Formats: sequence, C-alpha cells, structure tokens
Amino acid sequence: MDVLLFAAAAVRISVPYALAAMGASLSERGGVVCIALEGLMLNGALAYTLGAYATQNPWAGVACALLAGLLTAWLHAEATVRFRADQITTGLGINLLAAGLTRFVLVRVFHSSSNSPRVPGLPEWRLPVLSDLPGVGALLSSPLVLVTLALVVLVHALLFRTVFGLRLRAIGERPEAAATLGLSVTRHRFAGVLLCGLLAGLAGAYLSSEQHSFTDGMTGGRGYIALAAMIVGKWNPMGAAAACLLFGAAEALQIKLQGSAFPSELLQALPYLITMLALAGFIGRAVAPRAVGTPYDPES
Amino acid sequence: MSDRRVQWQWLVALSPLLAVAAALAAGAVFIAAIGEKPLEIYALLFREAFGTGYGLGQTLFRATPLLFTGLAVALAFRAGLFNVGVEGQLYVGGFAAALAGAYLPLPGPLPAVAAVLAAGCAGALWGAIPGALKARFGAHEVINTIMLNFVAFALVSWAGRALFLPATVHTRDVAAGAQLPRLDAFVPVLRGAPVNVSLLLGLALAFAVALLLFRTRLGYELRAVGHNAGAAEYGGVSIGGTQLLAMALSGALAGLGGSNFVLGYKHYFELGFSGGAGCIGIAVALLGRNHPTGVIVASLFFGALSYGALVVNTRVPRELVEVLMALVILFAICARPLLERAARRWA
Repeated sequence: MDVLLFAAAAVRISVPYALAAMGASLSERGGVVCIALEGLMLNGALAYTLGAYATQNPWAGVACALLAGLLTAWLHAEATVRFRADQITTGLGINLLAAGLTRFVLVRVFHSSSNSPRVPGLPEWRLPVLSDLPGVGALLSSPLVLVTLALVVLVHALLFRTVFGLRLRAIGERPEAAATLGLSVTRHRFAGVLLCGLLAGLAGAYLSSEQHSFTDGMTGGRGYIALAAMIVGKWNPMGAAAACLLFGAAEALQIKLQGSAFPSELLQALPYLITMLALAGFIGRAVAPRAVGTPYDPES
Repeated sequence: MSDRRVQWQWLVALSPLLAVAAALAAGAVFIAAIGEKPLEIYALLFREAFGTGYGLGQTLFRATPLLFTGLAVALAFRAGLFNVGVEGQLYVGGFAAALAGAYLPLPGPLPAVAAVLAAGCAGALWGAIPGALKARFGAHEVINTIMLNFVAFALVSWAGRALFLPATVHTRDVAAGAQLPRLDAFVPVLRGAPVNVSLLLGLALAFAVALLLFRTRLGYELRAVGHNAGAAEYGGVSIGGTQLLAMALSGALAGLGGSNFVLGYKHYFELGFSGGAGCIGIAVALLGRNHPTGVIVASLFFGALSYGALVVNTRVPRELVEVLMALVILFAICARPLLERAARRWA
C-alpha cells in the first residue's frame, strides 16, 4: 500500500513536469529552444487563479491558463521566429517578464505580494472501477492527471505518426531542405511554439488548481526541471514523460525524507546531475535537433 | 561601404539605447494604466537614484554585483559561450568568501584577501565544470550552466545544515579583517549607503577584462574562437582549452561578485543572497554589447532601476521594474536582428 501511495505521489508531482516537457519537445523538435517554460507555466498558473477567482469556475480558470500560455508563447514565437532573435536570451527574458508581471498583477489585483486568496480547484471525476482502485483511486479521479496520461500518447503520436509531426521534425533538422519542398518554416515553428505554450499553460493551471491559490514564484524552477527531463527523454514526448516520472519520484522521496538526517538536499540535485550526465553522453547520447537554436533566414 | 550603410551601422550600434527607450515607453503604458503619471514617476525614480549622495550610493551598491556578473557573461560571450550559470557561480563565490572570511585564522588584512580569492576560485571551479564538459564532450554549456545553478543551490543548502547559525539561514560573521570597508568612510557624501570597496574591485576588473580581451594574445585567441572556431583552430588555437579557460575566468568574475554582499554589506552568507543578479547580468552584458565599458554603463542603469523601484513603490508597485528589465532584454534582443535586416535591405 505504501508503495502505491508513494507512486501516486510521484505521479502527482510529475504531471506539470510532463505537460511542460512534452510542450518543449514540440517546440524544440521544430527548432526553437524553449528556455521559456518557467515563464509560460507561471503565467498559466496566475491566469488559472484569476479566471477561477473571477468566475468561481475552475474550468474557466483552465481556459484562461491555456490562453495565457498561448499568448506568452506567441510573444516568444514572434521574437524568435519572425524577428529571429536569439532564442535562449528571449526565453530568459520571457521568464523574467513573467516573474515581474505576475508579481505586479498579484499586488494590483489581490493587494498582496505573496499570494492570492483561495480559489476553487478542479473537481474530482468519479469514474467507475478506476476511482475505486486502492491507493491510486484518488489519483485517477483527477481530471488533469487523466488528461496528461492521454496527452502523452497523443503528443507522441502527433510528432511521430502524423504528416504535421514529420514536417515539424524535418524543419528542426534541415529547415533549408524543408523550405525547398515548399513547407513554411515560419508557420510550422509558430505551431510548435504555440502548442508548447498551451501545454505549459495547462501545467501552470494544474499547479494552481492543486494548491487552490497562486503564490509568488510558485513554479520554483519547475520549468527548468521539465526542460532537463525533455533532454534526458531525448526530445521525445514519451521519453520526456518517463524522465518526468523519474524526477517526480526523486522529489517525492526527498519530501518524505525532509527533516530526517538523510541529506535530502542532495536528492534535489539529482535531476540536474542526471541531465548533465545524459548531455555528456554517459546515459546514452542525448542529441538535440540539428537546427535547434538557429533562426531560419531565407535570405542567407 | 556606402554612406547609407555606415549610417545603418551606427543605428545598429545604438540599438541598446533604442531598446531602453522602447522599454520605458512600454512601461509608461503600465504606469498610466494604474492611473499614475509616467513622466513624473520616471523623473522621481532617476532623480532619487542619481540626485542625492545616499541615492547614488544605493544605486552603486546595487550596480556592483551586476557589474561582476555582466563582465562574466560578456567575457564568455566573446569566446562564443553563453554562461547562463553566473547566478550559481556568484552563489558559490559568496559562500566560499563567507567560509574563508570566518574560519581562516590570518593576521591583519589578509583575511579579506583570502576571502576574495576564495570567492574567485569557487566561481572559477563552478564555471570550469561546464567549460570542461563542453571542451571534452561537446555538451551544450547553456543547459549545463542552468543545471549547475540548481546544483549550487542544493549543495549550499546541504552544507548550510552544519554551517548556518542555529535557527537562521546564514553563516556566522566573517572576521573583522575580512570585511571590506564602505566607501562612505572615504567619500562623506555617500553617507549611509552600503556601497563598498567591491565596487572598486569590479571597476578594476572591468579594466583588466578590457586589457585581456583587446591587448593580449590570449584575448585575441578567445575572441577568435568566439568568432570562428574552425578558423581559430586552423590558426593553431586550441578550441577546447580556450573554452575551458574562458568559462573558468567567467566563473571567477561572477564568483568575485559575492564579495559585495558577503564581505562588504552583511558580512555573512545568507541563503538566496544572489537574488537574480545572475539573470540581470545577462541583460547587462546584452545591453553593454559585451564590452567592459558598456557593461559598466548598463550595470549603473539597472542598479538605478532597482533602487529607484523602492523609491516609487508607494505609487507604483516596485515589481514594475522587473517588467521593465525584461522588456529591455526583449527589445534589445529583437532590435539587433531587425536593424541588421533593415540595414541589409537599404544598403
């Protein structure tokens, strides 16, 4: 039973990571580096809180979070794809913008520099059989957990089983070749980044919904963990989700061991160290899409 | 080169100023949206940040860590490396300075020297790791430096269990000999402001970085690798060695920045003391166009914004300044390619 409860805790923690990491894989497979996950999630989390607060309907909050993720990603896409600005710097700029903007809104709307009032979270879905399973029943009643499980399959299929996915990957590897075939690099890259925004926005909604509020800086570096998971998962949505589960388990263990003599802080560093090893080629080779990070300039 | 082309080159060179102007204009919309007068707010902000001795001292104090981190990012950039890990390097630098300053039993002013050196060495080590991974395995330094930021936070938190004073998140005070004096001891007009000797160290380092980059063989090699690694290697430069050295130097610069807070202000290390100075350092290097002189000016500008934010806080939430800083980054990063494309089209 304890094992099941622990597994359930690990899954709960890894849901926002998985959503954001899958989004990043879509953006990066198209050739746009996604350092901006942190900002996308943060804006999504605040938007959920604002929507749920204003309407007292959590689903309106989810809609707002999706919209916020989309708008923020659109800003990222405009800068990196259309203006061909450096993708890493733009991502860092968007993270800083989200940190400042959410704090600004928090102070102006909720008159607090630390947290929003309590807002409704998403209701549980009472499903036959699933909800009655011992240990994991509560987990499988959470709408966003189920949605995430479905999305892992769907996003993976989108990238590897559809024409759009094939084209997106081609553009992330050799944009010149894809453009020669008549594909629009701009449009596909926009699509990749915007889908990433939707998924990361949803990840933010999950965080706010679970916590029933927004707190300043509540993503706390989760965007970077998701980015790391995507790398360990070798830029594949399913691989990324699996890495998120691993990182989630490490975090669940760390929370369990907090306050004990065990150096739980070192467990906290584990995802980052694993990622560095993967990048250096010690855990299989993690190779980025060839054209990732390079703006496509048809005139050059 | 036609006259027109030369004019456009000038415009590209001025792009940081355009970015600042655009960001201030966008910020004005925010200020107006909450019912305040933008020009009045800006005037108040900059008058307080530069107009009084105390305000100037506060601005300089806040510009100091940005000067170090900005130089660190700029130096790595010149070698074609994006050091996103300055936050972590600053963090371990500050921690090492606090430990060396508190525990090394040295006479006279030697503790200060040892603590500053410890900060530089710790930062250099933290920067050398991604440098070595890049040189040996070709692993991307951007990801590794981001990862190492979080590893640094975790590691220092763990070490703090044994080293922090009971029920606090800070180390014990450094020895009196390790403390850097405040500048108001020599310049009375700055009275009360925490700006300290580390600012002078930062300025000296800016000069040293300029010398290194533009007047030495090593600097030439470093820029050659950044400009065209293949050509540099053909000319006999070791790419890997240069990258490793550039990251170690960059890390050392960032680590030395820890002296401002730890040795010059609080006299102890405190969890989270770096407070985003690493991230803003990237903006400083970007705005300063990776040149030491530009970095000095840009760090002063961001220092003024960060102090000015507190002054106007009663009328406009100080968080506005974070938005402004982000907008400066976004505008600066878009202005360059836009202007260059325009230059190409019109020349």
